[in-house]
Amino acid sequence: MSADLHHAAHDHAGHGHDDHDAHLHEESHGSYKSYAIGFGLSVILTAIPFWLVMTRTLTNQATALIIMAFAAVQMVVHMIFFLHMNRRAEGGWSMMALIFTIVIVGIALSGSLWVMYHMNANMMPTQDMSQMG
Amino acid sequence: MSASTSDYDIDTFHLAEEPHHAEGSSTMLGFWLYLMSDCLIFAMLFATYGVLGTSYAGGPGPKQLFELPLVAVNTAMLLFSSITYGFAMLAMTNGKVRQTQLWLFVTALFGMAFISIELYEFANLIHEGATPQKSAFLSSFFTLVATHGLHVTFGLIWLFTLMVQIQVKGLIPANQRRLMCLSLFWHFLDVIWIGVFTFVYLLGMLR
Repeated sequence: MSADLHHAAHDHAGHGHDDHDAHLHEESHGSYKSYAIGFGLSVILTAIPFWLVMTRTLTNQATALIIMAFAAVQMVVHMIFFLHMNRRAEGGWSMMALIFTIVIVGIALSGSLWVMYHMNANMMPTQDMSQMG
Repeated sequence: MSASTSDYDIDTFHLAEEPHHAEGSSTMLGFWLYLMSDCLIFAMLFATYGVLGTSYAGGPGPKQLFELPLVAVNTAMLLFSSITYGFAMLAMTNGKVRQTQLWLFVTALFGMAFISIELYEFANLIHEGATPQKSAFLSSFFTLVATHGLHVTFGLIWLFTLMVQIQVKGLIPANQRRLMCLSLFWHFLDVIWIGVFTFVYLLGMLR
């Protein structure tokens, strides 16, 4: 029994250590190429929204949709090329924490905006009922 | 018999070889969890801005206040600082101390440029009378953007501290780990800034 324990403990330690080393050397830093790709993409994804808003090429609504889409894409680009996010980092726990956070942030943001918008719309002074949705 | 009993006691209360984790092996995950909790702080500030951002209280709105060229320059500063930090990390991987220090210093310059431009913008706003007390829009604007700026400031302090540590002790594993943590922090602030310039500045100008 005690020998088994020793063995198990040792195996576990050895395994964890190997994982850590592999992590340090292979996954964390990227390369000049990956940084350059990430940088190039973020420049494009930043420049186009600024250009759209400064020149007012499109209607306001179309511009708003496009820049929000670009922001989402750019966040993913930064996650992959700069933060080196992937499903394997830290045995998958980084990704789990990220997904959990995105869910919480999504609920908190959409919930706050939704609730407060309705509070605002429904609790206005009631002189002008016709404009209330 | 007595010997084996004492062995057994040792095993029970203290494994001869403890499950061993390399020093700092859990630091990166722990720091990532901190960043995720920081993310929640920013989510709350974004939500607050989203709710209050149209309440001008008769004061000036985004169109009168924001200068997009300035924000574009600021965004460029942060983007440049991101890639130069990346180069510092690559130099670190190759074990080149001087090159790492050089890129860290360039990163710090871009970071300081970012902070300076932001302070200049804030000073202008306050000079024009657009203070945080003026309206709910300005309160939430200053809270959100300044919280990000404060994070960058602390990142800069951390960065200079690390440069000293690397100068003194070289690229020892502990310093490499610290550099990797700051890397996550720095790039994370960049991600938050994407949200700021999109939702606060660009969408504000469309209103």
